[in-house]
Amino acid sequence: MGAFDHDEGYRLRVRKNAAFTWLVLLPSLLVLAILAVIVLTVFLKGVKALNPRFFLETQKPFGDPGGGIANGIVGSVMVLGIAALVSVPLSILAALHLVEKSSSFLSTLLRLVVDSLQGIPSIVIGVVIYAWMVVSLGSFSAFSGGIALALIMIPTVTTSIQEVLLLVPASYMEAAISLGVPRWRASLGILLPAAKSGILNGVGLGIARISGETAPLLFTAFGNPFMNLNAAKPTGAIPLIIYEYIKSPYADWHEKAWGAALILVAFVFALNMAVGARKTDKSR
Amino acid sequence: MNDRQTHDYAALVVRSLNIRYADGHEAVKDMSCVFPRQGVTAIIGPSGCGKSTALRAFNRMNELIPGTETTGEVIFGGRNIYGADMDPVRIRRHIGMVFQKPNPFPKSVYENIAWAARIHGFKGGMDALVESSLRKAALWEEVKDKLKKSALSLSGGQQQRLCIARTLALEPEIILMDEPTSALDPISTSRIEDLIADLKKDFTILIVTHNMQQAGRISDMTAFMLMGELVEFAPTKRLFVHPEDERTERYITGRFG
Ligand SMILES: Nc1ncnc2c1ncn2[C@@H]1O[C@H](COP(=O)(O)OP(=O)(O)OP(=O)(O)O)[C@@H](O)[C@H]1O
Ligand SMILES: [Mg+2]
Repeated sequence: MGAFDHDEGYRLRVRKNAAFTWLVLLPSLLVLAILAVIVLTVFLKGVKALNPRFFLETQKPFGDPGGGIANGIVGSVMVLGIAALVSVPLSILAALHLVEKSSSFLSTLLRLVVDSLQGIPSIVIGVVIYAWMVVSLGSFSAFSGGIALALIMIPTVTTSIQEVLLLVPASYMEAAISLGVPRWRASLGILLPAAKSGILNGVGLGIARISGETAPLLFTAFGNPFMNLNAAKPTGAIPLIIYEYIKSPYADWHEKAWGAALILVAFVFALNMAVGARKTDKSR
Repeated sequence: MNDRQTHDYAALVVRSLNIRYADGHEAVKDMSCVFPRQGVTAIIGPSGCGKSTALRAFNRMNELIPGTETTGEVIFGGRNIYGADMDPVRIRRHIGMVFQKPNPFPKSVYENIAWAARIHGFKGGMDALVESSLRKAALWEEVKDKLKKSALSLSGGQQQRLCIARTLALEPEIILMDEPTSALDPISTSRIEDLIADLKKDFTILIVTHNMQQAGRISDMTAFMLMGELVEFAPTKRLFVHPEDERTERYITGRFG
């Protein structure tokens, strides 16, 4: 018998291998199938609501023909924009400190804050911002909604930025410091730019994560059926509209809720794909 | 030699330098010597003998490694760089460093040179500074059409010369080089050696090398270290031809394990 003849043990091994491959593959296929069903449901139910007026008109009282979610789209852009504007610089500074001075007291404190913040349910953050900002400012606002979302975003974005900063070769900082450049200038001028694309990815995923948050907006941005561009006033948001419409007894509003959900899902998909595209672009 | 004469002759005076890492390992023990102004001094010795540690002490780079303890004096321009009132950031501007592995910034060739100069408040023409630095590093002809390209697209040898140019742009008095050619091919190595021969007219160069032939080719003085100790420090020819210490002789004749 030649050395490469297939014996009984070999055949058994092949079969075991195949069985194991299926065992691993099956759950992934299942998850994929569930995802497909969700996306398909949202698409089929939502696509019926889509037409130009849906994007261009604001919400209308029930019974009025037409009506759209333009106020929610604009409001979401505002609230997410404020959240990003507030959370990104803070997260970058926090991540820089965590990487550059990892054993300082402030770092220990920061880690504690980031971990705790991550564990707080988002509705609690909404309530806290309500107590702090809405009550003292005397009005619901896009601003307070943005701050609530920023608090939810900070831990994830800080952690992901910290990870990409740690991937930057230490030799860059060493070179910068050997040129007699103060450490903080080196951090801003060399470390951050070197990690730029990873930071953008982290921010993109962070925004995708919070874009569907509803609970923290309930008593902060509050919602507004009219177009509002004033950050100090109550403001609509896509998730708030979904929440409001799906609760209603009207078939037309249900359809609009699905339409809004479709837009939200498309937005999150687009963000994720943009991040994915950047990643593959980098690895080339 | 009195102090005044030492000052004119010496680029660096090292007195009783001791360096201990956080784990207690004494990497440099009681090193004392005078590095002459201009010219090239090579630091040789077997792996792990403390060459890099000593070199990094001369512009206080060891401070980037937490827990490193340095005692003794390193006199530069008449002042101890470890003195209480000395700022390591300012010292490094005058005592530059080139590393073993080329480490240009992930920026354009131009920015690699301009970035630090700008931070140091350089007021003159930046284009002229970039060009003259690249010329001094014998790199200008090769990169003059690629100034806006990423430095990481250059070859290893070009990257290392860019790193030298980046240091030269700050007009340091001393350039510390830690095995600058060990990651390069023979042709790139010989170009850098030519460059060093050229630069030594204007700068004091301290170079760590594993390669004794290289030390013989490019240095005027050679320091031999062994297990953290400076064993012998002499003009290169004399050290290689008539070493005074038996340990030096054993090392240069290749009889060390
Ligand atoms: N960060 C560190 N912590 C503790 N010990 C260290 C550290 N860096 C170096 N050492 C030790 O100090 C000694 C001297 O190291 P150094 O890097 O100066 O040697 P070297 O002569 O440059 O060696 P090589 O020729 O391999 O580069 C070695 O024994 C090394 O293991
Ligand atoms: Mg070394």
